[in-house]
Amino acid sequence: MLLTISDLRKSYVTADARITVLDGVDLKMGAGETLALTGESGSGKSTLLHLVGGLDQADSGHIMLDGTDLTQLDDRARAGLRRGTVGVVFQQFNLIPSLRVVDNINFQARLAGRHDAAWCADLADRMGLTPQLNKYPEQLSGGQQQRVAIARTLAPRPRLVLADEPTGNLDEDTAATVLSLMLDLVRDTGAGLLMVTHSQILAAQMQRRVHLRKGRIA
Amino acid sequence: MIRATLQALTSHWWRNPLQLFTLLAGLALATALWSGVQAINAEASASYDAAAATLGEGQFDQLTARDGGTIPQSTYVALRRAGWLVSPVIEGRLNGVRIVGLDPLTAPGGLGPVTVSDGVEIDTFLSGSGQVFGRAEVLNRLPDIDAERITAPDVAPGTVLTDIGLAQTLLETDGLTRMIVATEQPLGRPALQDIAPNLVRQVAQDGSDIGRLTDSFHLNLTAFGLLSFAVGIFIVNGAIGLAFEQRRPVVRTLRALGVPLRTLMALMAAELALMALVAGTIGVALGYVIASVLLPDVAATLQGLYGQTVAGTLQLRPVWWLSGLGIALGGTALAATAAFWRLAQMPLLAGGSRRALSMAAGRGARVQGGLAAVLLVLAAVLAFTADGLITGFALLGALLIGAALALPLILDRVLALAQSLSSGVRTQWFWADTRQQLPGLSLALAALLLAMAANVGVSTMVSSFRLTFVGFLDQRLASELYVTAEDAAQAQALTTYAAPRTDAILPIQSAMATVRDLPTEVFGARIGPTYTDNWTFLSAGPDPWQQVSDGTGILINEQLARRTGLAMNDMVPVGDSSFAVAGIYGDYGNPIGQAILSETVFAALYPDVIALRFGLRLPPDEVSDFRAALTRNVGIPDGAMINQAGIKQFSLDVFNRTFTVTTALNVLTLAVAGFAILMSLLTLAALRVPQLAPAWAMGMTRRSLGAIELIRAVMLAVFTAAVALPLGLALAWALLAVVNVAAFGWKLPMFLFPADYLRLGVFALGAAGLAALWPAWRLARTPPAALLQVFSNER
Repeated sequence: MLLTISDLRKSYVTADARITVLDGVDLKMGAGETLALTGESGSGKSTLLHLVGGLDQADSGHIMLDGTDLTQLDDRARAGLRRGTVGVVFQQFNLIPSLRVVDNINFQARLAGRHDAAWCADLADRMGLTPQLNKYPEQLSGGQQQRVAIARTLAPRPRLVLADEPTGNLDEDTAATVLSLMLDLVRDTGAGLLMVTHSQILAAQMQRRVHLRKGRIA
Repeated sequence: MIRATLQALTSHWWRNPLQLFTLLAGLALATALWSGVQAINAEASASYDAAAATLGEGQFDQLTARDGGTIPQSTYVALRRAGWLVSPVIEGRLNGVRIVGLDPLTAPGGLGPVTVSDGVEIDTFLSGSGQVFGRAEVLNRLPDIDAERITAPDVAPGTVLTDIGLAQTLLETDGLTRMIVATEQPLGRPALQDIAPNLVRQVAQDGSDIGRLTDSFHLNLTAFGLLSFAVGIFIVNGAIGLAFEQRRPVVRTLRALGVPLRTLMALMAAELALMALVAGTIGVALGYVIASVLLPDVAATLQGLYGQTVAGTLQLRPVWWLSGLGIALGGTALAATAAFWRLAQMPLLAGGSRRALSMAAGRGARVQGGLAAVLLVLAAVLAFTADGLITGFALLGALLIGAALALPLILDRVLALAQSLSSGVRTQWFWADTRQQLPGLSLALAALLLAMAANVGVSTMVSSFRLTFVGFLDQRLASELYVTAEDAAQAQALTTYAAPRTDAILPIQSAMATVRDLPTEVFGARIGPTYTDNWTFLSAGPDPWQQVSDGTGILINEQLARRTGLAMNDMVPVGDSSFAVAGIYGDYGNPIGQAILSETVFAALYPDVIALRFGLRLPPDEVSDFRAALTRNVGIPDGAMINQAGIKQFSLDVFNRTFTVTTALNVLTLAVAGFAILMSLLTLAALRVPQLAPAWAMGMTRRSLGAIELIRAVMLAVFTAAVALPLGLALAWALLAVVNVAAFGWKLPMFLFPADYLRLGVFALGAAGLAALWPAWRLARTPPAALLQVFSNER
């Protein structure tokens, strides 16, 4: 099993009250599996994704990723996990604006120490980015930027790709194209894909769908 | 990982060269001003040290003739035979070069660069044609002499050292100028009075420390350097703060992609340190240029004011370029601390939105306000209680930092008031928009505040000094002609010749005494209209000169009054008599106590003192002819006579040079502040587009938006100037009434110069307007597509 989440809990303290976001989540995911995580706004989807990506820390419970319990790792170890084992595709792309497209695509693979120039070039080619390689992100459209972000995430060949509303900023046609490309590449690399989405259409393209309601798997 | 992260971090600068330029230029300018001033100070201090080492001044007690003349060689021999460990010194001028003759065998250790242990060929030094040591340019000014010329950069500027015998030959004199008294003396030796009653001993700290005379000037320069650096640090702080704010999204992305926070911070710190070194090097080089340009004026000023020679050329002294680099690194660290702290505290999932415009909001503003209030209250308390240099500088620091911290809050309140009073929709929007922009501009405005306050403060201080000193010269140099006789016989001939041909002859005679343990120079004055009409007092009874004339009163200088606690009507013992303080007068620049008695009383107390200097009163248009007549009939050389007008003109020239230095520093500081505004506006320009796009969409033209930006900058500068004026005056007061008194024992009266302040205000507004011109022009030419992009981004 690539990912095993057990009794995961997370809450936030606001000025007025303590808000429980995840209230005992259990979830399993196999290697190479694609899974859609759906739910209403505020149901805890993004929080779960952030915890699995090591971007945030759970209050309790366990996240076993490829044999490692993330909840026991310190900040530095979680950063190491993000460099190579997990790849995150953000809704806001989060490219580095001062680097060219080619440098953005290579970036995470270089961070992970697994840079493969041929593979990165292949990724760019399959994403239709070859003519844009020497441009800067601000010179690209939203769809192109998201394709750069996906290529960057896949460049180090992560075991698990996490995608948080990856097409939320794109129009329907572009969203379909981008998702299709992402699914193809994920399949080719053998990575698992856990995608948060509101869209039932996109969720339907995944192998499995999990619905989150009030912090629990429905 | 490190290489990739460094590439991502540094690529930010290449894509945002303006930010890089702001950072480097701000730091370089700050370092330049600091190191420039430090270079001047270091050079001057080195010259004093060399002079002190050469002449033995300040380090050892000295014996000088009571009448100020030369000491016979027989007196020296008598003292040595009696067991006194003294070393003879002879001084004089030849071709404008100060010749100092020493006896290296008896001179106390460490005296001057010429010592036996330095490998000097002592035989050659003492015998034959001898040797002279000095700087190359000084040796070249000597006439043809047989002695071997040896270049010695450590010898004081304008001075050559040689053996005493050779010095006597060169100067054509037999007598000695003074004798240096070794620190360790044999016990049981006879008293000085018994062997050489015509000599007086001046203790080491006895006003012979020439450094003290110029400390005031250096203290002011150092204060100015610190202020300039503070202005620069505000720029650096702003540049670093904004750069960090703009890189927050990148930092978040890097962390999300797996770069550990510590690694990231270490790399960013290394990146900044590298920039600080580069900017510091540029700054030190710029500082060298500034110092090179200003040093000849400074040297001339110091020489004119205090008779102290400073080399007019600059040497690359490690102390100041190292301190320049150190201050650049330290300043960057100081400026970056808050930014790093925010970065370390930033949660990984925090919004990547730019927070630059909310820096002064909420809790931060309250803390800033509280700190400003504490510092300003501290400054107010210190203003009444500070009595030393440390507390004086603490007062300056608390005042300036407190005001800089309070400025954004004051401006915010002023803008809020203006907003509440305005009725038109455009004006309301203008005030509200200005308030919104204030946090981003507050650092630049604080820099402008400090620059203007420094300008007002230093200008007020220098101008007050000038006004006071010129008045002081009018008082002290009332006579039209000053003449120095070579000996008593010539003095007698002079008075006999001048008596029927002048309105008055005023002998200038003095003797050293001790008043309440303080070395004091006592003068005997021939009281007449010259004194009674011209002298002004800090405090005096109804008729102070009459009291002095009666033999019951004494006049004392401010230094003596302050250091001994003497007040009006207190009794002052001089010799066997006591006199009541009849008046206290300002005596600017004099490090020692001074007192004035009537000529009659002085003669009774010091019968051996013979006046050799005289002030002569005569119609100004007769001065030239009378001068020639004195040379012709009494044999007084022209060089022994000084025209009062010449002295005053020389003094004014000195002040004009001082003004050149301070004006140059003023202009530089103001330019740095203008630069701060320009850079802040340019850096904020990108942030302004989303704020102005809605106003544009609602019907305001780009041209009017640009004009409003310009008006806004000038208006904020006006408000800042309104705060800077009282702050600058407070700064001047603190320098004149607290720091100067603590450092030198005399207080300078403070005068106001409204025309100067008005001119400065115009300059400052001009600097702000010029700084805002380009950003406003760029804004006015923002393509509609860029403004529309704001709305498409929102969608």
